[in-house]
Amino acid sequence: MKKIAKADMGRFIARLLEQYMVYAPVQVDDAIQFQEITTPSEAYLDYQNSTKSPKGVFLPQSEVLFRYNKGPKQVTVTPPEEIKKERVLLGVRGCDVRATLLLDAIFNTPVNPDVYYEEKRGKTIIIGLACSEPPSLCFCTSVGGTPFDRKGSDLFLIDISDAYLVDVLTDKGEKLLDDTLFRDATAADLELARKREAEALEQMPPPLEVKQLKDKLDGMVESPLWGTLAERCLRCGICAYLCPSCYCFDIVDEDYGSSGERVRNWDACMFSLYSLETSGHNPRPTGSERWRQRLMHKFNYAIGQCGDALCVGCGRCVQGCPVNIDIRKIVTDVMAS
Amino acid sequence: MRNPYLPILMRIERIIVETDDEMLKSFDLVFVNESDGQGFSFMPGQFCEISVFGKGEAPFGFASSPLEQGYLRITVNKAGVLTTALHDLAEGDIVGLRGPLGNGYPLHLFEGHNIVVIGGGFAFTTLRSLVVYMLHSANRAKFGEISIVYGARQPGLLLYKQELSIWGHRDDVRLYLTVDKRDETWRGREALVPNVVEEVAPNPKNAYAVICGPSVMIRYTLPKLSALGFSPDQIYTSLERRMKCGLGKCGRCNIGPYYVCEDGPVFSYAQLNGLPKEY
Repeated sequence: MKKIAKADMGRFIARLLEQYMVYAPVQVDDAIQFQEITTPSEAYLDYQNSTKSPKGVFLPQSEVLFRYNKGPKQVTVTPPEEIKKERVLLGVRGCDVRATLLLDAIFNTPVNPDVYYEEKRGKTIIIGLACSEPPSLCFCTSVGGTPFDRKGSDLFLIDISDAYLVDVLTDKGEKLLDDTLFRDATAADLELARKREAEALEQMPPPLEVKQLKDKLDGMVESPLWGTLAERCLRCGICAYLCPSCYCFDIVDEDYGSSGERVRNWDACMFSLYSLETSGHNPRPTGSERWRQRLMHKFNYAIGQCGDALCVGCGRCVQGCPVNIDIRKIVTDVMAS
Repeated sequence: MRNPYLPILMRIERIIVETDDEMLKSFDLVFVNESDGQGFSFMPGQFCEISVFGKGEAPFGFASSPLEQGYLRITVNKAGVLTTALHDLAEGDIVGLRGPLGNGYPLHLFEGHNIVVIGGGFAFTTLRSLVVYMLHSANRAKFGEISIVYGARQPGLLLYKQELSIWGHRDDVRLYLTVDKRDETWRGREALVPNVVEEVAPNPKNAYAVICGPSVMIRYTLPKLSALGFSPDQIYTSLERRMKCGLGKCGRCNIGPYYVCEDGPVFSYAQLNGLPKEY
């Protein structure tokens, strides 16, 4: 275990910036979001939960897959250039790192790996940040996480007053350490970190009962619950856009005449266009089918697909929903039905 | 490894207007760069994503058989933005192709069995690929009796008339063509596909049925097959869904835990039992 004084964090980030492209939580108006920084002072590590999750670092909201040029009877296709500079994703909560591990299972598949995701993911070092003061809407302990979840981070920072304790988890993380800024942690530092962890856990609400959730959902292909949820839902898609483990995307051509780009954009299963076919047939014609899809995908289909539910308990969908639809309540209702 | 999102460039070698209303055209595609064609192989029932650059991409099943060398055929119904743009293209124009995608028909299961092919309208494309494959001299002995029931609304809407004529003259295939409404050119059956299936009553013993067509045709044919004794694991279909990536990533084409693009598009009704009827 190492530690770094908070006063030295600026210098540490400055050194990272010399060699890496650095993504960090940044305050933009009322929102906290992960974006590329160019100066250490932009990084804002005292946040509770970022408004937008960091998934855009690996799966950008809008991403060019290739550019094309059209001539008479000929076309050329040019993929984007290879990423030359390695990246550091700084200050990510354990829940968002867990979501990244879930996305790895979707995108880094043995057959047909998603080369765009894979490249960014492979060239990114993750510095996690313990969640010492879990926000009130969080429920990570209900879905297999904890506020101090280190899994998937290369380095993991724990706030211990005037310093961060640094848990070195991988070789990739170790190579970021710099002897002049990092010192060995003392027994008192470790004790303080343990205390912080216990305090954070104590603040978590009692876990939801989700053990038999998948089995329960197996029997709910036809259920009045989907219609009830759809009645309230505005189909705005904010839940999917804010969710760190929602990953659906659309692919479109942005055409400029003789040239253009094929682009993928985030999409959401709540939109009618998402599944509408050319013939006019829509296999998920109403909100009921779309809500079934959302819940089933997250808590049933995903178990077979990536080994775990596609929910890390970050609470963003609860916070962001304009009509107060609460995934915790839905899960509770499913279990009680 | 090849980036599976990058289309292979294909030249339109030949355009065939398939139906009287000119809404269906077949496009025979050849590789612009020969090297792309080397090692490219597919099986009946697989599909590809076709790009019209500037308009986007859409999925189409291969209508040609892997044993028809030298070109890949897709048959396209003019229906939306992309298919209209495709219909407006001329021979010599360039499109993109990603694939082959999907699982294809389970030929390893079908071998050694009698095969009943049931098709309606323009859903006959991958069935053409399957039938041409099975009837090829290199493969015919691997399959038992082959029966085909194929119907369209009107005679002018039947696809692949040349092949239908050839099949009709072979003694190792039973071909039952039908139309919903006959015209002065038609001397054959005037009946709906489900009723023809009932009438010709294929034997379920040691047999598989493959059914592709409009959902209303499928809805009324499935009970006929059940009544004849076909169990859900003996009936296969190929599903269509709105797709984007074709690689099991973009999320939209799933039916329950299956992605139509990756786990399908070919499914048995035993697999689809109990899943949301989102197709």
